Amino acid sequence: MNNVLTLITFLPMVGVLLILLVPNGNKTLIRILAAVSTGLQVLLAVWIYINFDSDTSSMQFREQYKWIPSFNIEYFMGIDGLSVSMVLLTAFLSFICIFASWGINKGVKGYFAMFLLLDTGMMGVFCSLDFFLFYIFWEVMLLPMYFLIGIWGSPARVDADGMVRGGPYAAIKFFLYTLFGSVLMLLAMLVLYFNVTDPVTGGHTFNMLYIMDQSNHSGVLNNFDIRLWLYAALFIGFAIKVPLFPFHTWLPDAHVEAPTAVSVILAGVLLKMGTYGMLRISFPMLPDAMKWEYFAYGMAILGVINIIYGAFCAMAQTDLKKLVAYSSISHMGIVLLGMSGLTSLGMNGAVMQMFNHGTGTAMLFLLVGVIYDRAHHRNIDDFGGLAVRMPIYAAAMSLAFFAGLGLPGLSSFMSEVFSFLGAFGSEMFNLKAITIISIIGIVLTAGYFLWTFQRMFLGELNPKYKDLPDLNGRELFTLVPLGIVIIFLGIYPAPLLNLIKTSLNELVEVVKTANPILWGLQ
Amino acid sequence: MNPSEIIQNNINSLSYFVPELILTGMIVVLIITDLLLKKENSPWTSLLALGGLVIAFVAVMNQYDLGSRSIFNDMLVVDPFSLYFKLLFLVSAVFVVLLSIGSIELSGRPVGEYFTLMIALTLGLFLMASATNLITIFISIEFVSVTSFILATYLKTRRRSSEAGLKYAIYGAFSSGLMLYGISILYGLTGTLDIYEIGTKLAASTPNSLALLTSVILMLAGFGYKLAAVPFHFWAPDVYEGAPTPITAFFSVGPKAAGFALLIRFFNVALATEGTNGEWSAIAGVNWSQLLAVVAAATMTLGNLVAIVQKNIKRLLAYSSIAHAGYALMGVVLLSDQGVYATIFYLVVYYLMNIGAFLIVIVFQDLVGSESIDDYKGLIWRAPVPAIAMGVFLFSLAGMPPTAGFIGKFYLFAALIKGGPGFYWLAVVGFINSVISLYYYARILKAMCFDKQDEKEPASLAVSPYYVVLLATLVVPTILLGVYWVPLADLANYSVEFLRAL
Repeated sequence: MNNVLTLITFLPMVGVLLILLVPNGNKTLIRILAAVSTGLQVLLAVWIYINFDSDTSSMQFREQYKWIPSFNIEYFMGIDGLSVSMVLLTAFLSFICIFASWGINKGVKGYFAMFLLLDTGMMGVFCSLDFFLFYIFWEVMLLPMYFLIGIWGSPARVDADGMVRGGPYAAIKFFLYTLFGSVLMLLAMLVLYFNVTDPVTGGHTFNMLYIMDQSNHSGVLNNFDIRLWLYAALFIGFAIKVPLFPFHTWLPDAHVEAPTAVSVILAGVLLKMGTYGMLRISFPMLPDAMKWEYFAYGMAILGVINIIYGAFCAMAQTDLKKLVAYSSISHMGIVLLGMSGLTSLGMNGAVMQMFNHGTGTAMLFLLVGVIYDRAHHRNIDDFGGLAVRMPIYAAAMSLAFFAGLGLPGLSSFMSEVFSFLGAFGSEMFNLKAITIISIIGIVLTAGYFLWTFQRMFLGELNPKYKDLPDLNGRELFTLVPLGIVIIFLGIYPAPLLNLIKTSLNELVEVVKTANPILWGLQ
Repeated sequence: MNPSEIIQNNINSLSYFVPELILTGMIVVLIITDLLLKKENSPWTSLLALGGLVIAFVAVMNQYDLGSRSIFNDMLVVDPFSLYFKLLFLVSAVFVVLLSIGSIELSGRPVGEYFTLMIALTLGLFLMASATNLITIFISIEFVSVTSFILATYLKTRRRSSEAGLKYAIYGAFSSGLMLYGISILYGLTGTLDIYEIGTKLAASTPNSLALLTSVILMLAGFGYKLAAVPFHFWAPDVYEGAPTPITAFFSVGPKAAGFALLIRFFNVALATEGTNGEWSAIAGVNWSQLLAVVAAATMTLGNLVAIVQKNIKRLLAYSSIAHAGYALMGVVLLSDQGVYATIFYLVVYYLMNIGAFLIVIVFQDLVGSESIDDYKGLIWRAPVPAIAMGVFLFSLAGMPPTAGFIGKFYLFAALIKGGPGFYWLAVVGFINSVISLYYYARILKAMCFDKQDEKEPASLAVSPYYVVLLATLVVPTILLGVYWVPLADLANYSVEFLRAL
């Protein structure tokens, strides 16, 4: 299994090719093919998990081939503790989402082909160690996402304010925002490329490991101002994906208009791309710029704004899906805060939070999809007393809500505590006041989740919904694994923590001790 | 040089002029065939035209081992740089002939003259690519313009087509006049018409910079007209809309690329000097590098912004092709081999995706009988093959990986960034423009994929296999070059090496 990363990345593409060969009418076969290819992907992910050596911070399962020699572009893949957690999450959620998409009936072939293409793009981003390759995968994710939201999302409609909204609007908004972020990244990538020397060949290089090594930097990279600009460009590019306030406005639209499974992938994996990019690219490549106090404090403050602002927005929503979307903004703020303190505790907490938010929010979106399939609307105030009719559904929802608000014993408790403590105890920056303010977000989160639970499940049963059936087998099949992971990692987070900690501690060390001489070089 | 030497040189040059001679012969053959064939729209003329183009292609390939040499007493040059463009012209001409065969706009009209003119246009483009004397530069531009005027008005019963021809002719005459004036000033400053001699003379002396600047700007009017660069772009949308669609496709690729060939050669040879460190820079007195940078920025920004509001697909593609001329110009401002290389690489990529997009326009004209984007509703369900192909071309035009369009833009931006912080601003303008352009390309996708079709329209439309084959020959390289582009890159690189040397 020398090529396990190539396999896990391009396995869905094999699925795409097979699906394209299936005659249009045979919808079940298409679905089964999609399930098989993502299922095999999960098996590969398990194999990777078993064979992954968590005692080293170096890249594992490396594959390195020449691709475009004249530009020194390589096909270079490899994963460390940071990426392996995301690879596992992606494989796991993609498999579940195939089953959550079982009910799609319009353009089945196109849907699953696009979905698997998206899967390849996501895997590729987490596995690639060549910046050019990374960028290609990063962009490849956009195309299927655009069609998945536009075609299979909600149809176009005219809102009360006269604006045309719906899937097509959300799709183009998502596309333009993220493309803007990507071109900033491309700009920064090219500047890095032309000012980094490959220690082996003496030419320029896209090899991320070489770019991370500060001793290879030359040319304009010796100019601290340029480094700050580069960091800013990369940061905005990734912040759009997270999404950080004020670049977040695409998210509520995209999440709400997308079909359930696509929302799951969007919130579960795509949002993590932003923070992953920061940890894989911005921090190690430009550590001195990251430590520039305006950027460090700015990042923490943006994190807090996300936490508080997201929570307040969530509280104001009557649409259940929009509420979950804003809760994502709030929870991704915790990741940012955890990262910004540059402590081992906070960094581990942030990546755990990335994973736990992925599973928790996936469950939430799946549950929103369940009620939407039955009631054909998501207006919280129209429900009431559903716990009587749908006890299993209510139980699942309470698990997801409690996980979201960080109840001890559920997975996100640990990661939130780690993130907050890490930021609070930061030696490099004084984030104590900022952390204390952000704790308010926890209270707000508890507020809107509990209030929503009360409005939907307790009180009088709306007579319209007295015949709603409870969860069916397929839905349970998608929800139970997520629930198990949430509870298991809540009680015993060691497997996840052990997987990531060596690499992240190394990252913290690298950034902390990065050459401070450049500070004086303005 | 005495007259007999001149004549001898001309006779010797003929052996390096074979592709052009083949095209010239083909023009004569086509006219005679058309006279002999009683039927006006016989397929024989198109097949003959195709055959001529293919033979010329082989002849051009044979010239590749000649290196670089001047012919006809330094009027023209045969070098890999011009050959690169000639191959591009031939391939696009072949495609345009193939498009014309299926076009419903041309069905029922006499096509003998049409194909004759197209070969003549190709011959003009050949001359543009190899002209090294201000006189041949001017004559070749006029040659291309005059044939273009006639082709634009080919659907003479259609009002828009006549309008297109008239507008084209007026703008063409105007810019030719300006250019001729520029040539005369340059001749006055240097006393020669040969661009290589102009280069050495300008480098040796310090001419009046105001006179030189005036002449450069006036020359730029002539080139800019061919490129459809701002502010010489006004003809483009009307001509693109009115001309027969295959001809529009040809206009958007052939004359534009030929304009680039001339522009690159003229500016890099006549108006640049080599420094002691081997780097090239603009001659003293005229910083045309900045001038072109401003033109590039204005061209792409205006093209993209105006394209947003277009409702007719051909007009939209016209503005988009204006914007693409702006992108390609970014490589020329650098005066580096890397920049020129990026530009000529981009032109090939642009040819693929733009001809592809126009082919789709023709297919949809055939299927839904309309050029309005609104009528493209729901085509992904009704005619999936051309709709998906259109998606590939549009994403490529927008510069998204994994398509050739991304690689083309990547090279342009890479060349700019490599040039150092001086042109970072132009790179930023280019990036922002890429994002803007996505908006209107996505609008076409939205109509095709997201919007509901009218109930009364047929649920599925049959696409002729002929078009499917043509589409495949464009879609496959568009994606392939996005994944592995080394062969094209090597060819472009080889061509640039010979640009300045003679």
